[in-house]
Amino acid sequence: MSTRHTERRKRATLRWIVIGLTLAFFLVPLYGMLEFTTRDLINGGRTGRVWTTLFDVSAVTERYPALAEGFLASMALAVFTVVVMLLLLVPTMTWVRLRLPRLTRTVEFICLLPLTVPAIVLVVGLTPVYAWVTYLLGEGTVWLGLAYVILVLPYAYRSLDAGLRAIDVKTLSEAARSLGASWLRVMWQIVLPNLRTAVLSASFLSVALVLGEFTIANLFSRKNLQVAMFELGKSDGQLSVAVGLASLVFAFVVLFAMSFVGRKEKS
Amino acid sequence: MTATPSPAATARGTEVRLTDLTRVYAGSVRALDGFTLHMAPGEFIALLGPSGCGKTTALRLLAGLEDADGGTIEVGGRDVTSIPTNKRDMGMVFQAYSLFPHMTARQNVEFGLQLRRQDKPTRHTRAAQMLELVGLSKQADRFAHQMSGGQQQRVALARALAIEPQVLLLDEPLSALDAKVRTQLRDEIRRIQLEVGTTTLFVTHDQEEALAVADRVGVMNAGRLEQLASPAELYKNPATPFVADFVGLTNRLRCTVSDGRARVLGGAVPLLSGSAGDGPAIVLVRPEGVTIAPVGAGSGGAPAAVVSASFLGASGKIVARLESSEGVGELVSVQVDNTDVTAYSPGQQVLLAPRGDAALAVSAS
Amino acid sequence: MGVAPFFVYTTVFLLIPTIVVVVGAFVDGSGRPTLDNVAALAGDNSSFLPALQHSVILSVVTALAGAVIGAVLAYAVSTARPDGMLKRFITSLCGVLAQFGGVALAFAFMATFSIQGFLTVWLNSLGMDTGSSIWLYQWDKGLMLVYLYFQIPLMLIVFLPAVEGIKPQWREATETLGGTTWIYWTQVAGPILLPSFIGATLLLFTNAFSAYATAAALISQASPIVPLQIAGTFTSEVILGQENVGKAMAFAMVVVVALVMWAYAWLDKRASRWLVR
Repeated sequence: MSTRHTERRKRATLRWIVIGLTLAFFLVPLYGMLEFTTRDLINGGRTGRVWTTLFDVSAVTERYPALAEGFLASMALAVFTVVVMLLLLVPTMTWVRLRLPRLTRTVEFICLLPLTVPAIVLVVGLTPVYAWVTYLLGEGTVWLGLAYVILVLPYAYRSLDAGLRAIDVKTLSEAARSLGASWLRVMWQIVLPNLRTAVLSASFLSVALVLGEFTIANLFSRKNLQVAMFELGKSDGQLSVAVGLASLVFAFVVLFAMSFVGRKEKS
Repeated sequence: MTATPSPAATARGTEVRLTDLTRVYAGSVRALDGFTLHMAPGEFIALLGPSGCGKTTALRLLAGLEDADGGTIEVGGRDVTSIPTNKRDMGMVFQAYSLFPHMTARQNVEFGLQLRRQDKPTRHTRAAQMLELVGLSKQADRFAHQMSGGQQQRVALARALAIEPQVLLLDEPLSALDAKVRTQLRDEIRRIQLEVGTTTLFVTHDQEEALAVADRVGVMNAGRLEQLASPAELYKNPATPFVADFVGLTNRLRCTVSDGRARVLGGAVPLLSGSAGDGPAIVLVRPEGVTIAPVGAGSGGAPAAVVSASFLGASGKIVARLESSEGVGELVSVQVDNTDVTAYSPGQQVLLAPRGDAALAVSAS
Repeated sequence: MGVAPFFVYTTVFLLIPTIVVVVGAFVDGSGRPTLDNVAALAGDNSSFLPALQHSVILSVVTALAGAVIGAVLAYAVSTARPDGMLKRFITSLCGVLAQFGGVALAFAFMATFSIQGFLTVWLNSLGMDTGSSIWLYQWDKGLMLVYLYFQIPLMLIVFLPAVEGIKPQWREATETLGGTTWIYWTQVAGPILLPSFIGATLLLFTNAFSAYATAAALISQASPIVPLQIAGTFTSEVILGQENVGKAMAFAMVVVVALVMWAYAWLDKRASRWLVR
């Protein structure tokens, strides 16, 4: 009589085996990082020296200025990219939805185009463009953000598009306009607050992408977190691996926390 | 449509016996509690009740999609309690997502026949027959997403019947459809069932639907069968207050019971068996069991004031608030002919009286 | 025109670079049209064709392996409780590993499998001879393993929605009609999932084909795959008459990726018709 019960138990065991094996495959290299960074290379055994150094801000800025520089640059890049992305996409996508629906396909195509133009290819084509950027704006690493916005376009577009579809932008803005609001006010006080989840999601994805970006920074010889980490790897293996592990854990925590936020907003 | 199946159809159907079925979820939730049902060959039985009453659980146990924790299931005299679903030979139509999305209507209908290793020509003919039966021959090469909800359910019905199942199971097949499609399709399902003669179990929460199509209706509540009877019997002689309330509309009016009658609305109502004893009680009177007349028309009755008069198409409904001491403040729904609706307007004084149909009375607590 | 800023921006930073690559592949140093760049790539001395071959093989192998393993993982996760911790954990973990930074991943594998790596040391202590760990830095061994590390998670992220789009009614309908588990998988669930599966595999191919960071961090000497070759043009000396060879390589990449992405888009549309309803 319990054919279904046994079947369900079989399926559950299989599920745990599959997930267990895959988790082992994923966690082994991560453990490898932890193990490597806690080795005491002088005396043998374990030490937390590397980790305490990493979190000692003054020590890092003093002894590893490149790392500090790269970290700060990536922070600035993350903020810059998110701000420019939002400034560029939210008004444009709202405007297209409300006034210029015929441009939807074009905008969508452009936003999804970066999926077909990998970073390594984009960087080849950006060389002349960045020659101008350096000429006009200087050598600062933060100007890489202009290219990063392009890289995050597909993911940000998808998030914001889903968000705009969920709220009825047309009705909301018509209501606001009929009450006398200017377009700027509509965007700032009506559309943006209602798009909170989508904006957060697009922003988080952008931050993750920016923090993990290596290709363009490396080939344009700028110093962001990943480049700094890479170069540190040539001199101080333990610290660079620690930085890598810390950044992975940080990104995981952010994504894990975000999975709870989305749910609450939806209901 | 509560016609009894023709003798020829009866001969083709299979007898079904569900005995003392029990199903317990997560420790203590009793979805089914000692459920017993005997279906005669070719009979169309509807299980009716609110969500959580166990009607769907009963159907799924019969199908084998869930295991019973107690009791037995016999189909055509054979004990199938421990036989898996794919060997029970039953056709099933689901509430939604019935059809395989990657197959055309024809392929969907042929699927069961293919599993029974019928050769191509036989399959084709049979599938064409079944699609003809449900009136969708022209849609044979369409996919699910190209059809309306009603059409999808028809194809699902064709697919279920194509394999000539011993029992036809319908799990709220009309609940996801538009009102008009629902009424049309339920008549279709009944017509087809009578033609084919398969014993059928139909689950629904819509009492009008159940009354309209079934030979017998089983009203369920909290895992138990409260009453199993023909639609007319259920309506006229509800066995419990739950059934009286769930099937059709009722007015709950305060009354006094004495001598097997309830004193209400300035008159008396004969009581059905199972009613409460002498003393204050609540009588469940149907809207068509109350008469209404403007004050001054002379006849007796309880004074009331009209609250609303609604034209419902085939009939009309007047809602009036009682002003008599018996049930002061209570709202009473009265059914009237659609031509009489315009005679009443809000605020008008009227007299309400019982028509004399038997009703059920329950204790005042 | 409120949309002007968007179009100006994307023109400067997306369309112009694309044009630079597409046109630049076919002009020489002084701007005159030529096929020399392409010829240089296809020539006998060129290391590009082998690199292209390696890139394709690497991408195909890791795409297929990642797709199969990722699909099984997706199925396992789909049977778990929808809002449960396990599912959140796995999806977040896969989100990180799939998209976040090839350099950290390369470091992780070096910390584990290199001569000093903990796994090597541990296996040695058990008496096993692990040989030299050069394999880790070879495109067809170590690099493939590392690529799997982000291909499998990507597959989970892309394919899980498709698996979850399978309605329980389809399985139940199969059973009532007399079908077994085998029938269900081969005639119902399999065919329904096939377009999504192939589409996801194509996406995995593009992902591996375009990846640069991991390879750059792991392989420091040669340039066995195309992205490393393109990177090489940034640092090596510019030979007269071959200034735009890098652009030709980039153009080749764009062609391959564009074809695959177009096929993916077509499959995606087809799959969504069946599952969204």
